[in-house]
Amino acid sequence: MEIPRIIGAGLVVIGAGIGIGRIGGSAMDAIARQPEATGKIQTAMLIAAALIEGIGFAAIFAS
Amino acid sequence: MVFSKKSLQFILAALVACLPLFGFANETQDSLNVHTETTAVAHGHEEAHELDPNSLEGRKAKIDAFKMHHVLDSHEFSLFENDGQHFGFPLPIIIWDNGVHIFSSSKFEHGHAVAESNGNFYRLGHDEKIYKVESATAELSGDEHHPTNEKVLDFSITKSVLTLMVVALLMFLLFRSLAQSFAKNGGISAGFGRLFEPIVLYIRDEIAIPNIGEKHYKRYMSYLLTIFFFVWFLNMFGLTPLGINVTGNIAITAGLAIITALITNFTANKNYWGHIFWMPGVPTPMKIILAPIELLGVIIKPFSLMIRLYANIFAGHVVLMSLIALIFLFQSWVGGPLSFLLSFALSTIEILVALLQAYIFTMLSALYFGSAVAEHHHDDAHH
Repeated sequence: MEIPRIIGAGLVVIGAGIGIGRIGGSAMDAIARQPEATGKIQTAMLIAAALIEGIGFAAIFAS
Repeated sequence: MVFSKKSLQFILAALVACLPLFGFANETQDSLNVHTETTAVAHGHEEAHELDPNSLEGRKAKIDAFKMHHVLDSHEFSLFENDGQHFGFPLPIIIWDNGVHIFSSSKFEHGHAVAESNGNFYRLGHDEKIYKVESATAELSGDEHHPTNEKVLDFSITKSVLTLMVVALLMFLLFRSLAQSFAKNGGISAGFGRLFEPIVLYIRDEIAIPNIGEKHYKRYMSYLLTIFFFVWFLNMFGLTPLGINVTGNIAITAGLAIITALITNFTANKNYWGHIFWMPGVPTPMKIILAPIELLGVIIKPFSLMIRLYANIFAGHVVLMSLIALIFLFQSWVGGPLSFLLSFALSTIEILVALLQAYIFTMLSALYFGSAVAEHHHDDAHH
């Protein structure tokens, strides 16, 4: 039962990576559109990225 | 001499990067060994000292053992070791086994000897736990990594505990003198205050007030400041060559997360519990479905805090150590510069991660506190 678990954890990590990438990309877009809101966007971006990251780590440790 | 500043810096960096190259360049003998001895792969699950230490497998096992040793808590403060010779100092062992036993961890002789205290015998396992044995010559029974001997309650001052104490004392002295300098200077910071005042203000103005609200933020400021500086200092201590890994220890992050959870739930108002058990503004069947999910969220929130900090720091330490281990894996001129460049780059990122994780922990704690004291009107939330 070791291999399916590792593959599952890998899939979750891929998903988390895509998610954080999209957050970062969208934040870049948002900052480009409204540079004066950079601080707020960064805060929101970091929180969202941290929440997704938590799931990725949980998957790694559950595998 | 007219040099652009950037290219000078680049040349300097390149020179420093090449330094290990000269150091390892004359060991051509060993680089041959790597290629010839990879064929002699040892089979089975053997310990590091049973393998030939010069073979690739032996080196790998040694590196793994070292990494494991580093990320675990330890009963002695080992600064570095060379050929089985340890440089460092022992720490006190305090165990409860039908009475308190206090003795120095030097009695274990780095896990090779049985320690005797008031007629009882103890031995240090490979997992840094203390096991009870029958006699002064007894070995641990069962598997090497999971001995079946009886465990004892361990209240020792371990490496992590010592670091926690040192950081707590450091923070106490630092911020006490900071507060005094404000009083002496008539409200203007001096010395360390110049450095820390902007950070304190940042936590108040950018983390506490937007997330908790003007009305309630003062109650939580002391905790938020403490957690931020504590986690930050511990993370930074972990990056020093002392080789301590405190926030990369799940027990410590669990402790911090539990405090956050307790504060959140004990200072929560009725709106918070209302949102958990009887979510307003949704149809009744949905309320019944949402209640267990929200209740689960009460546990998941601190759990994710715990895992995030632990995993980030733990992973950083393991990767950094693996990059340093490249030197011993390659044993040729490639290893030195490669390992230097990669570990230098990673260390720089780790400094950022140390700050970022402290920030995220504080930020999410503030977010949870804010949800606990939020008033009924969500429309005019502060942001």
